[in-house]
Amino acid sequence: MIPLWFVLVAPIAVALVIAGAGRGPVRYTRWLALVGPVAAAWAGAERLADAGRGTGVAAEAASWLVTQAGSIDIGASADPIASIMLVVVGVVASMVVIFSVGYMAEDTSQPRYFALLSAFTAAMTGLVLSTSLVGLFIAWELVGACSYLLIGFWFTRPSAARAAVKAFLVTRVGDVGLLFALALLWRETGTLVTADVLAAVPTLAPATITTAALLLFVGAAGKSAQFPLHIWLPDAMEGPTPVSALIHAATMVAAGVFLLARTWPLFEASETARLVVLVIGTVTALGAATIAVPQTDIKRVLAYSTISQLGFMFAALGAGAWVAAFFHLVTHAAFKSLLFLASGSVIHGSGTQDLREMGGLGRAMPVTAATWAVGVAALAGLPPLAGFFSKDAVLDAVWVHAPVAGAALFIASALTAFYSFRATRLAFSGTFRGAGHPHESPLVMKVPLVVLAVLAATLGAASWWFADLLGGHAGLAIPIAVASTVIAGLSAVAGWSLYKAGPAADDRLAGALGGLWRAAAGAYGIDALVMRGAAATERGAAAASERFDTRLVDGLVRGIAWLARRVGREFNELQSGEGQLYAALVGAGAVLLASLALWLGR
Amino acid sequence: MTLALLIAIPLTGALVSAVGGRSTVVARVIALAASLGTAGVAAVVWRAYASSAEALTYEFTIEGAGSFLRLAADGLSVPLVALTALLGIIAVLASWNVERIGAHMSLLLALEAAVIGVFLAADLILFYVAWEAVLIPMFFLIGGWGHENRRYAAMKFFIYTFAGSALMLVGLVLLVVLGGTGTGMPATPLPIEPASQTLVFWLLAAGFLVKIPVVPLHTWLPDAHVEAPTAGSIMLAGVMLKMGAYGIARISIPYTPDAFAAAAPILAALGVIGIVYGAAMALGQSDLKRLVAYSSVAHMGFVVLGLASGTQLGLQGAMLGMVSHGLVAGLLFFLVGALYERAHTRDIRAFGGLGVTVPRWATIFVVASFASLGLPGLSGFPGEFASIVAGFGRFGFVIAIAGIGIVLAGAYTLRAVRLVVHGEPAATLVDGVEAAALRDLDARELLIAVPLVALIVALGIWPRLVTDIAAATLGALASLAGTVS
Repeated sequence: MIPLWFVLVAPIAVALVIAGAGRGPVRYTRWLALVGPVAAAWAGAERLADAGRGTGVAAEAASWLVTQAGSIDIGASADPIASIMLVVVGVVASMVVIFSVGYMAEDTSQPRYFALLSAFTAAMTGLVLSTSLVGLFIAWELVGACSYLLIGFWFTRPSAARAAVKAFLVTRVGDVGLLFALALLWRETGTLVTADVLAAVPTLAPATITTAALLLFVGAAGKSAQFPLHIWLPDAMEGPTPVSALIHAATMVAAGVFLLARTWPLFEASETARLVVLVIGTVTALGAATIAVPQTDIKRVLAYSTISQLGFMFAALGAGAWVAAFFHLVTHAAFKSLLFLASGSVIHGSGTQDLREMGGLGRAMPVTAATWAVGVAALAGLPPLAGFFSKDAVLDAVWVHAPVAGAALFIASALTAFYSFRATRLAFSGTFRGAGHPHESPLVMKVPLVVLAVLAATLGAASWWFADLLGGHAGLAIPIAVASTVIAGLSAVAGWSLYKAGPAADDRLAGALGGLWRAAAGAYGIDALVMRGAAATERGAAAASERFDTRLVDGLVRGIAWLARRVGREFNELQSGEGQLYAALVGAGAVLLASLALWLGR
Repeated sequence: MTLALLIAIPLTGALVSAVGGRSTVVARVIALAASLGTAGVAAVVWRAYASSAEALTYEFTIEGAGSFLRLAADGLSVPLVALTALLGIIAVLASWNVERIGAHMSLLLALEAAVIGVFLAADLILFYVAWEAVLIPMFFLIGGWGHENRRYAAMKFFIYTFAGSALMLVGLVLLVVLGGTGTGMPATPLPIEPASQTLVFWLLAAGFLVKIPVVPLHTWLPDAHVEAPTAGSIMLAGVMLKMGAYGIARISIPYTPDAFAAAAPILAALGVIGIVYGAAMALGQSDLKRLVAYSSVAHMGFVVLGLASGTQLGLQGAMLGMVSHGLVAGLLFFLVGALYERAHTRDIRAFGGLGVTVPRWATIFVVASFASLGLPGLSGFPGEFASIVAGFGRFGFVIAIAGIGIVLAGAYTLRAVRLVVHGEPAATLVDGVEAAALRDLDARELLIAVPLVALIVALGIWPRLVTDIAAATLGALASLAGTVS
């Protein structure tokens, strides 16, 4: 069995090798970036096979900080959900690395790119394997740092540099919540080993549990782009598209869902916390779905779609169905990374990200089109694709728990199917509206698409195995499944047929919906509002503290200095400069000290 | 005897360099030899203490006149001495090409000797003498090798710290008088009578808090840093700021534990204010050096918060914070100095795209920035984490205000990275310096930067490199701070 330390250390070593070897041999060294992902997937699969046989989970641990009051430990182990995540991260990252070999072929900074991908794999596997909350937090921030560096990969573009900073800072707001959750749990339980913390939950006061759970959720909401901390994810699309597939669709942004699943007993014990999670999740799922509809940039459609789908997962968590949420995380990782990679192929082949400039790509890029079609069908939740099963589980749980939220999610599903097929028709049907001649991508980019398409099509069958491994109920809730299929099918047809007219259909819809369309297209101005507020606060704080420093404090000091100079002049007119003044003071001080020493040392 | 060498070697180097340092080569060789020798001895002391866990002591006695040079090294002093010795080498290498090099190196070595004297002093008078002796070389380094506004900055630095030290001296005198056990500092001193503790504590704190510095006693720091030569900034931020925190741990907690416990909430508040205020100020700066200076205020805020918690975890956080800040601020000041040597400006807005023009400099700057904003895996994180967790444990949710500073730390560092490293390379900087003509870091400069980066990474991954050696001493201190009502 592949040891876990290898899964963690190998990609770091690889990153150093790729970066150190530089531009010359990058044609070869970039393939090394597969080592980490393949090892992760392999290690996860091995352990899952073992879990089926009921073998125990071995943990490796060390004390990171030691005090008399207890030690703060870090460690790694792979229980079933960590193993599943290992496979998800490993498979998606492998596909992304392979795809990137084609996608980034012309880039001059490939060593940096592939080194960062490998480093990200290390951090992400660290996040899922960590047995302690502090280890999780360390990895949590490191994936954020890799995300920052990859969003800003093309850093000479000011927009990319800005988007990177924004992503880091908005998620850091969430991270502070997570940090204080750790501080609270340490104070109340005296440990940060996840299992020990969770074992202590029954002994904690209800208020403590709710506070800790909500603080954890703040961290999760930042990482997983939940309202109102969602504003960084659309901008994160400034990064190379394979990065969006790996980090901003499949793995890092799902870390929030993973965190809640990992610390589930806290949420199970707090109805308030679950209610908050349900509301935020539902609002995000519905709101982001409406925003996705009018977007004209193919990556922004997918970005809002990701936010919306993460909202589905949080809604399920809020409804108490963490297994359903986790299942949706896994299927979403497959079909959304597929969609991002396919959009990367589209951008690569057509030279544009603007849906209005695409069209007719189905003929020019048949493999991309076919795999994309599988992806959108899965996203829309059409049977028998993977998304159908996992979304059914989510809808069922939420509907039973809170019909209002369930209804909102049904509307969100309808919108999902609508924007999916709108984008599909605009990009692949009709005639090409852009400049130049679109072409299909090379084999190295097509293979990952096909692999992920197969997964997106078939993962639904894992539903039973999931229930077996993690608990929860298997199979379909038939009424919900029928209703959601009908709704998604009709919306898909609506989206597809309406956009026969091409981009002009946007104008017709905008005319019909008026302000609503414009508001959704502008993401309801939340982003602009938050950024303006943040900028104003930033300027205000800096200016206020500057004034405090230069006027009040320094004014006081200048006053004292002036007094000192006056006194100096009065006392010693012979002295001409501060040097002499100082020397005199030193002399006086020496005499004083000598007498003190004599007196005190009697 | 080894302890005395830690002071004697740099002091001798300072004297030799002052006398024979007219030749550049001689000055460099002497300075490098002295700083390397000091570091070697520091390593020996580290190993000796790590293996025995018993404080090392040294005493120089003259028959009939009593003891003069009482030195001791325990878990509180050993890491800080090692840090000083390390940054001593860095500072020497960083001033390889200064003018009047003999005098410069002499002052630098004298400074190193004095700072080590503070950390090793086992005698209150010696502590005070070393404390004040630090001022003299620093004053002349700023005044003699500083930038345009150096006289103002040197004077401000002097007035502030001298005013603080004067009060501290009164406090020390009272301590000796009230303690009644002479000027020696035993390993675990007896607390003085509770009634007088408050007065003594605050007199001492006047000196310590100015040095750290806490808001609002901090405004000497940005000016001193901006005007100081690179080596001066490295030593100033790297080790001198730690003297204040060291003083609190070494003297205030054991001698005046009740007053310390009573003052802990105030100290914590000062720490949190420093964290937020330093970060807010850093956000508004356009001078890179000023930005790093204000970030020091924020980082020392974490150190003060850790101290204030009075727990072993918090004290470990403070120790980690001090060592980490020494490494990170040292590296950042070195990088900014190297950039200034080339571009003759430190204005953030003048740069852009340095990731393209000077990639080695840019890469190390990004790593240092990450360390500065407290990214886990680098040295800044463990200390901040321990301080926050310990501070929260003692003071509760009010510490969450420090969270604002944590977010702002990301904002000001990444703003600097965005404007300096990212973006299109600017064609010309101000003053008409061609951006394309900027040299990347050379071998000597990499020799300075890469070991610092390695230590920053090592300490970030494995903080016990520092906390294990400090644990016993800090544990004893924590129980002193915790046993009082």
